[in-house]
Amino acid sequence: MIKEMICISCPMGCHLSCDITDMNDIKVTGNTCPRGVLYAKDELTQPKRIVTGSMRVVGGNKAMLSVKTSNAIDKHLIFDSLRLLNEIKVNAPIHIGDVMIENVLGTGVNFVATKEIL
Amino acid sequence: MEFKNLVIIGGGPAGLAAAKSAYDSGERDILILERESELGGILNQCIHNGFGLHTFKEELTGPEYAQRYIDEINDRKIEYKLNTTVIDVSRDKIVTYVSSNDGLVEINAKAIIFACGCRERPRGAINIAGMRGAGVYSAGTAQKLVNIDGYMPGKEVVILGSGDIGLIMARRMTFEGAKVKAVIELMPFSAGLNRNIVQCLNDFDIPLHFSHTIVEVVGKDRVESVLVAKVDEKLNPIMETAFSIPCDTILLSVGLLPENELAKNASVELSNITGGAIVDDSMMTNVDGVFQCGNVLHVHDLVDFVSAESEVAGQCAVNYINGKARSAEKIEILTTNGVRYCVPEIILKDNEFKPLALKVRVANVFKKVKLQVLLDDNILISKNRAVVAPGEMENIALTSEQVQKLKTANKIEIKLVSEVL
Repeated sequence: MIKEMICISCPMGCHLSCDITDMNDIKVTGNTCPRGVLYAKDELTQPKRIVTGSMRVVGGNKAMLSVKTSNAIDKHLIFDSLRLLNEIKVNAPIHIGDVMIENVLGTGVNFVATKEIL
Repeated sequence: MEFKNLVIIGGGPAGLAAAKSAYDSGERDILILERESELGGILNQCIHNGFGLHTFKEELTGPEYAQRYIDEINDRKIEYKLNTTVIDVSRDKIVTYVSSNDGLVEINAKAIIFACGCRERPRGAINIAGMRGAGVYSAGTAQKLVNIDGYMPGKEVVILGSGDIGLIMARRMTFEGAKVKAVIELMPFSAGLNRNIVQCLNDFDIPLHFSHTIVEVVGKDRVESVLVAKVDEKLNPIMETAFSIPCDTILLSVGLLPENELAKNASVELSNITGGAIVDDSMMTNVDGVFQCGNVLHVHDLVDFVSAESEVAGQCAVNYINGKARSAEKIEILTTNGVRYCVPEIILKDNEFKPLALKVRVANVFKKVKLQVLLDDNILISKNRAVVAPGEMENIALTSEQVQKLKTANKIEIKLVSEVL
């Protein structure tokens, strides 16, 4: 069986064709780079997303700090992870890459700052 | 009157890359003028990821991408002014700006780079009928409210237009607890990137209605609902198909327009198609020493291509300042058969045989085609494409050898041909 999908690894958005006859040996075509194969396999077995959001800042030169997960996390955890961001406020100064929330929902992935706040 | 070799209008991705490249080409007398209170431009509010795969070979968020370039500017100690608005640029390259620090200042520049980006088409540009209740925002304004200021503009949202900002905001509003009821797209295809339809709409089961439009906004003080109808082939609404969607907020993502009011004053000739200047392969406009790059020139999908284009503009502006001779002979690129435009539009017939990127947009969605560059009717490049769409810019990278052929040709044409034939 062939499943069509669009790769979201980068803005090129390659149209992938995945042969899922054998789920242990998924064959992917239509990708431009190796990331397409990884994406298709993950998407068919355990879909993941990088989550980006924001946190409120106390005492900084900006009201909001933008953050991202340092790696992709399971798609079904997106909303639970976002809830964590609304629960706490963070203190300035903050640098890009600073860990704001460690080990998000036990995934081993951190929320890190993506903006400089003075 | 002050004097500067190079004045760059705009401190977003285009202006920063142009400044860095001008500095690295040997120029030291550079000034960036930025009207916001920080450098980085619109990247600062684009907190999602997906930036920098071409430039840095890694996936960054907007603010991270901006910071990379801000650091480059600071490392080189390039001068910039914030909270500074340029109010006029004259044909003889006098830039007038205002700021609360300096008041009104005139600078006589040897070269000027317009890197002032684009702005969103507003409600007035699309003539939606109905009441004038609160709750109608452009998608970018909503993005600024949520990501920079920390305010939510509404709870139940309908988005008109499926451009990238609209798609990104559909997900962002969902993340912050709003219910996005639908995205309405006039055309039978999206102007946004495919990946954004997947990860911003499909992931959250947000319906996307192609060939539909909003025919009425209901709500006297605040938006209460919208009336949505299907459109026919001529894009006229079919009123019998109309249905109502209750909502308190409408976001408009109906296109971007290069911001060229200043350039017009400077007698810069604009393209009817891109809304930006008509430039040659040195990114120079019809006005000597006036250059353009980034979204003021034509609206890009990827900031990576903005940075690359702007580096060319920075370098060529320095060549101009240094008095490097320019060829008077030039040739216009013809775009035919489904190709809507190419930037640059003009190729100088000089001996600058450096790699060059031709940025091309098609006029419609086409499947199984070849995108071809022809020189004197001979094929120089032919790229197979399963699908091409107006929402996805094609970047044709030419090598030095190919540029040499391009510059010695008498006719340059870019077109689509059906692969089936």
